[in-house]
Amino acid sequence: MAQPLVKKDDDRDDEVDYSPFLGIEKGAVLQEARVFNDPQLDPRRCSQVITKLLYLLNQGETFTKVEATEVFFAVTKLFQSRDMGLRRMVYVIIKELSPSADEVIIVTSSLMKDMTSKTDMYRANAIRVLCRITDGTLLTQIERYLKQAIVDKNPVVASAALVSGIHLLQTNREIVKRWSNEVQEAVQSRAALVQFHALALLHQIRQNDRLAVNKLVSSLTRGSVRSPLAQCLLIRYTSQVIQESTNDTQTGDRPFYDFLEGCLRHKAEMVIFEAARAITELNGVTSRELTPAITVLQLFLSSSKPVLRFAAVRTLNKVAMSHPTAVTNCNIDMESLISDQNRSIATLAITTLLKTGNESSVDRLMKQITNFMSDIADEFKIVVVDAIRSLCLKFPLKHRSLMNFLSNILREEGGFEYKKAIVDSIVILIRDIPEAKESGLLHLCEFIEDCEFTYLSTQILHFLGIEGPKTSDPSKYIRYIYNRVHLENATVRAGAVSTLAKFGAMVDGLKPRIFVLLRRCLFDNDDEVRDRATLYLNTLGGDGAVVETDEGVKEFLFGSLDVPLVNLENSLKNYDPSEKAFDINSVPKDVKTQPLAEKKATSKKPTGLGAPPPGPPSTVDAYEKLLSSIPEFASFGKLFKSSAPVELTEAETEYAVNVVKHIFDGHVVFQYNCSNTIPEQLLENVTVIVDASEAEEFAEVDSKPLRQLPYDSPGQTFVAFEKPEGVSAVGKFSNMLRFIVKEVDPSTGEAEDDGVEDEYQLEDLELVAADYMLKVGVSNFRNAWESMGVDFEHVDEYGLGPRDSLAEAVNAVINLLGMQPCEGTEVVPPNSRSHTCLLSGVYIGNVKVLVRLQFGLDGPKDVAMKLAVRSEDETVSDAIHEIVASG
Amino acid sequence: MELCPLIKNILLLDSEGKRIAVKYYSDDWPTNSAKEAFEKAVFAKTQKTNARTDAEITMFDNYVVVYKFVQDLHFFVTGGENENEIILAAVLQGFFDAVGLLLRGTVDKKEALENLDLILLCLDEIVDGGIILETDANVIAGKVASHSMDAGAPLSEQTITQALATAREHLTRSLLK
Repeated sequence: MAQPLVKKDDDRDDEVDYSPFLGIEKGAVLQEARVFNDPQLDPRRCSQVITKLLYLLNQGETFTKVEATEVFFAVTKLFQSRDMGLRRMVYVIIKELSPSADEVIIVTSSLMKDMTSKTDMYRANAIRVLCRITDGTLLTQIERYLKQAIVDKNPVVASAALVSGIHLLQTNREIVKRWSNEVQEAVQSRAALVQFHALALLHQIRQNDRLAVNKLVSSLTRGSVRSPLAQCLLIRYTSQVIQESTNDTQTGDRPFYDFLEGCLRHKAEMVIFEAARAITELNGVTSRELTPAITVLQLFLSSSKPVLRFAAVRTLNKVAMSHPTAVTNCNIDMESLISDQNRSIATLAITTLLKTGNESSVDRLMKQITNFMSDIADEFKIVVVDAIRSLCLKFPLKHRSLMNFLSNILREEGGFEYKKAIVDSIVILIRDIPEAKESGLLHLCEFIEDCEFTYLSTQILHFLGIEGPKTSDPSKYIRYIYNRVHLENATVRAGAVSTLAKFGAMVDGLKPRIFVLLRRCLFDNDDEVRDRATLYLNTLGGDGAVVETDEGVKEFLFGSLDVPLVNLENSLKNYDPSEKAFDINSVPKDVKTQPLAEKKATSKKPTGLGAPPPGPPSTVDAYEKLLSSIPEFASFGKLFKSSAPVELTEAETEYAVNVVKHIFDGHVVFQYNCSNTIPEQLLENVTVIVDASEAEEFAEVDSKPLRQLPYDSPGQTFVAFEKPEGVSAVGKFSNMLRFIVKEVDPSTGEAEDDGVEDEYQLEDLELVAADYMLKVGVSNFRNAWESMGVDFEHVDEYGLGPRDSLAEAVNAVINLLGMQPCEGTEVVPPNSRSHTCLLSGVYIGNVKVLVRLQFGLDGPKDVAMKLAVRSEDETVSDAIHEIVASG
Repeated sequence: MELCPLIKNILLLDSEGKRIAVKYYSDDWPTNSAKEAFEKAVFAKTQKTNARTDAEITMFDNYVVVYKFVQDLHFFVTGGENENEIILAAVLQGFFDAVGLLLRGTVDKKEALENLDLILLCLDEIVDGGIILETDANVIAGKVASHSMDAGAPLSEQTITQALATAREHLTRSLLK
């Protein structure tokens, strides 16, 4: 990458950046690399060329496969030279080029020779390079040397082997595990970093064995670990052990706490800090345990090093969330940090103070912050705004001064994100503190008088429409709103019209005046604004009579939409203007989680043969479109649900097939997504022969074969079944792929004329009860539960038998039912002995279902469950119980 | 869970935010443009601060970045958001001081580019695949500066300077033990 030669000023001519790489070009450097092949090597020159190559790579230049291979082979010649400096560069560039498996063979012998060399530097580096580029097979050959290297008396060699071991553990766990004895010996090494690397490797080897980790920690905490880094590791391992064993130590002292506390007196700062942080993060830490840690952190606060101050204030900030009183001792030191040069530190100090402050100190603090706000960046301001919001929620009595502060900063300069944070905060305060409502709304009104962000203006107008009519004097907001109709762009004008209409609908006394204003909007030059004004005038009865607005009209105008907006948008796009009006009930209510799952699935697919097969059309809407385009399936009615694709073949087989289950009211359609991964074959007349003998309620009605399936371009074939209407019939289907194979000439790409009929066994497919359940969440489960009523409630208890953990049992039931967990209740806190999980969904036939699951541990491992179902239909409630009973 | 301290990247940029030498040890930035975007953002965020006497620190996109400047060189070390800041600072200090030793006191962009091989070797000696190899500047510089023939080479191939270098290296090594 050539750096442009820019001449600045003439008088500064000699200051133009000189660089040895000025005007460097890839092609030229690759040419230069030919010196590697000279019979008489010039080590200095070779080093320079390698440096240039590395420079290019470092600047983001890439080599083609051919170029990289060429350079790699040339570099391997350099092993002849005995110049140490050059050899070091050779090691580095081999790692950077990351040669492919067949190329690695070329250097293996050279590297293995270096690995047994007498020169320490060669041994250490050869190990690192070899372990980086090798695969499992070679590893067994060099294992013996690696084991020796781990206990090598030269610390650099030992560290190189240990660190390589840590990397190899990810891919060749079994082999590295065999080195335990040597690693154990290295833990006792006198060299600081060897000890650190050995400890890291030993722990990773044993991490799945809790008892072994426990033993390791208890033996090392008594002994003396020399390296500060190793000591930090030990602290992390110790707190992990503590975390896992605090089930029953509520009364006695915490094991290993003394060790952590002792580390607070270590001479290395990194150890002291690591220990202090570990103590603050202990589960259910007591204030007695916290005190010594807070004391050392307090000392760090007044350190001359920014890094220490930052580390301390960041940790204290976290502590302040759970134990604000423990941090109050540091308040004086914190306050002096408000003027810290480093703005990150200052912001953390402010937000910590806001968390620990008491009611009386709020005013003083706000004064300090006002001075501070003017000279920090927006991102820090946002953090402060968030902190002030939580402070205000904590001390509602102080809302006046805090709200004033927010409105002041709202008027000052600032970017969108910052302004949005302030507006959001004011909105939350208005919602939660009734006394703050009137002043907050007025602040917002003033803000939109001079607001450059359309998004914020419309958001505030919408909010005004909801809250304004409920205030004591709604009329005073009208002026602000109507001003928008005069002064703003079309989007804001339209928003203002809607807000005006809301006032008109909710406050009968204002109606006549609102109508006057709305009528003026009929002459707006924007279509949307006019349309809205017309709609509202007509529905609200714009003839000027003061009548009470009808509930139905209110619901129609301002009720919430019960379908996801994305789905509505797609349905509208698919809608064909015709005689038939668009029906909002035809919009799928399924919340789309599929694209995400789809992404994950495709990214995991190996990119072995050519390009990875492009994923099948994924979203519900796309499926709907696809199916309705097939005349045979058009009569099945509305698509209820489509499952995520289920793989029917192993990865990397000749033919890859997955299936999507489409559920209709009285039919089921299986969509088989097939792809052919053999370049020399063309498949024709591809069908899937489905044997439904283990699915009695289903009868095959139709199938749609795929005419051609060329290499690497996926296609679909369909099979449709009839099933009893509205019933969640289940069953197992075995599948056989049947097709005609034709050989393809790879050079011309033309297929031969005659083919051979062939079959390919696919895995079985099951239709389960969860396939009939849509995941539809509710925002407030309690409300939904209450309003559903007890009419069709069905409660029963089940024993789930021994389970690994409560969380595993909860997940199993959620998956079995295929319902949407609500309010984050699918997460089971660690070590809990009981848990309640809330689920919601829509069952086939559009029946809303709510489920409350209560889990409890019965004995050491047995899980018991109480299942309460409420739905709109008694048979559905019973069906849910049947699913669980038979699952 | 990853318990071992990990370094996400080490950056050496010039006073305009351009790369001199960078090394990434994490997949968080899969493409060169992602890397450049990160470097640009880090540089913009830190360039106005005064990190010439003590290492400075900032939080950024859930990364902790410690940095130190000298002349027209900007040194950065990045770690995950839960990393021990002081460990990161130790790595930064090791890198910073080792470069100072290797460039024999004249630490600026020109000198750094002219000795880029030393800088690259230095990076190679500090961190291996994210794991800290060494933080002591003297040891790092000692390992990098061992420019000499290997012990088995015939003496005739060695120049006087090389011989001196070998001797010096042996001396430092025995002192370090």
